[in-house]
Amino acid sequence: MNAATTLSLSGLPASPGIALGRAVILQPAPDNRSAGPAGTPKEEDARLTAALFQAALDLRILCNQTRERLGAAKAEIFDVHLSFLSDPELVGRARSLIAESGRSASAALAEASQAFVDIMEQSGDDTLVSRATDLRDVTHRLQLLLNGGSATVRQFDSDVIIIAQDLTPSDTAQLDLVHVRGFVTVAGSLNSHSAILARALRLPAIVGLADALAAIPADAPLILDGATGMLTLHPLPKQVAEARRRQAVQLAEEAELARFSKMPSRTADGHHLALAANIGRLEEVPPALAQGAEGIGLYRSEFSYLDRPALPTEDELFHLYRQALEQMTPHPVIIRTLDIGGDKELPGLNLPREENPFLGVRGLRLCLSQEELFRTQLRALLRASSHGHLKIMLPMVAVAAEVRLARRWLEEERIRVEAVGYPVARDIQLGIMIEIPAAALMADQMAREVDFFSIGTNDLAQYTMAADRMNGRLAHLQAAHHPAILQLIKLTVDAARRHGKWVGLCGEMGSDPRALPLLDGLELDEISLHAAAIVRTRAALSRMNHAANVRLAAHCLTLGSAEEVAAAVAAATLA
Amino acid sequence: MPIQSHTIQNTTGFHARPARQFAEAASSFPCAIRVCKGAKCVNGKSILGMLTLGAKHLDVLVIEAEGEMAEEALDKLGRIVNQVFVE
Repeated sequence: MNAATTLSLSGLPASPGIALGRAVILQPAPDNRSAGPAGTPKEEDARLTAALFQAALDLRILCNQTRERLGAAKAEIFDVHLSFLSDPELVGRARSLIAESGRSASAALAEASQAFVDIMEQSGDDTLVSRATDLRDVTHRLQLLLNGGSATVRQFDSDVIIIAQDLTPSDTAQLDLVHVRGFVTVAGSLNSHSAILARALRLPAIVGLADALAAIPADAPLILDGATGMLTLHPLPKQVAEARRRQAVQLAEEAELARFSKMPSRTADGHHLALAANIGRLEEVPPALAQGAEGIGLYRSEFSYLDRPALPTEDELFHLYRQALEQMTPHPVIIRTLDIGGDKELPGLNLPREENPFLGVRGLRLCLSQEELFRTQLRALLRASSHGHLKIMLPMVAVAAEVRLARRWLEEERIRVEAVGYPVARDIQLGIMIEIPAAALMADQMAREVDFFSIGTNDLAQYTMAADRMNGRLAHLQAAHHPAILQLIKLTVDAARRHGKWVGLCGEMGSDPRALPLLDGLELDEISLHAAAIVRTRAALSRMNHAANVRLAAHCLTLGSAEEVAAAVAAATLA
Repeated sequence: MPIQSHTIQNTTGFHARPARQFAEAASSFPCAIRVCKGAKCVNGKSILGMLTLGAKHLDVLVIEAEGEMAEEALDKLGRIVNQVFVE
């Protein structure tokens, strides 16, 4: 590797994985706009028509190939490209430039396209800016056809990493996947089309690496780490060996974990513990499904209320909930009703500031004090209920009377909604969060009022220990595996069992691998956690023994501190 | 001239997929279609025009149709604007 110095560059981690290969610099092919004199307007118009026709044929083929390789959703961008080809404004403008100003087809197209690209790029709207890349892509395709070239796929004979200013969707979809091991672009964001396609193709990629074209010479050996965004230029032999080793480990782990996205969540001795996903926005539903979530265990409905000029309407909420329910069908979706307090602003409501909002009018308390706000959300939920498997969860419940009032309003709204003619599901389960110690202590009475419990360990720990979660100086009091919290979980589960109800858990504890044996051993029915942790948790569960976990949990309930619990779990896991 | 106004229901706004569906449907009618957001107006048969409107969730679009089958066109296009697209 002569005297080339090893150098590390860092960009945005667009698609995880490790790639090794030599650099191939992809220069944007010059448009070669024919500088020569234009033919007659009639000739130029005919050339444009022919190019449009050929481009449409090529795009249809590319669209079909992408659909077969990556599915309909990824192919859709080429349908958009196809509709650019028949856009009356774009094509009309180009034709009139040919007819009236005597431009060549190539020059007319460039001018007509640039006008739209400028509007899009100056809009300040990210989505629209990325559509400008699509329009450039289509225009480039047409220019190649007009100037006698063709958009060909480059083939390679050894492993390469593509370095480019930017990759258009056509570039990315046409990569020679036998030899292209990854790519690096100067432009692009984590949500640009090429980044999304790279993740779908499982191709390691870095975007937004500003120095890429300037710093990387053609054929330079590279190591690309798509998980960290680090690119190593002229790596040392020991770095290459290390990268190959990590690549092998990752491939093995990926193959092992991928199996678990489609498998049931079971311990080695066959006990089922459902794993669901916590989400806050509709966009998180497809990734949750991809990770094998057995439902949405916590849909935080707050997001649709905050940072906006007006409260959401019933229709708006209905559309949102309906989409989530439809996408998750047949799996259940637990939507938690509005859970905020005086520390947040709600448009138009002027909530009073409170000295201590975490012990104030928040969650269900706030909803019961803002009757119309709450009834609107209940109506939206009821209307959505016939579009999937909905369960409703009430946050911040202290006493049973709160649940009874909420249930009465829900039943009243059901009658109203049905009277208007909307179908409402018969069997909507209503549950509560167990996050106030009083609710856990009274779980026997609470279980008569509800269909399920979901234990919110973050707040349960904070309220049980009287230790503010945000106060770093109290971190030693915030361990959710403290025996005091385990006792409350046990009380809740036992009460639910006596009444034939089920219990889930939706705090951060759910994604802590060290807590998993305890949660399984405490006989929870479901854990809801962030989607990215599902597959790993399921794999860990498959190596555990439920009977042993039950014994471990029973032992931990008798211990005196969080440290002793952690030590007991560590000892059991190693044994 | 028939006119309708609609509020965008799709929570992610009027992006590529709805814009394409709108422009394709508009192109299937003989009448001229104009779509305005505030003072900005575009040809409803142009996907690029529709995209550059940059219409967001809860923005109001005014659709005007002039010529043959104008009522039918408004009816069809109104339904597309009111539709919610699953991402």
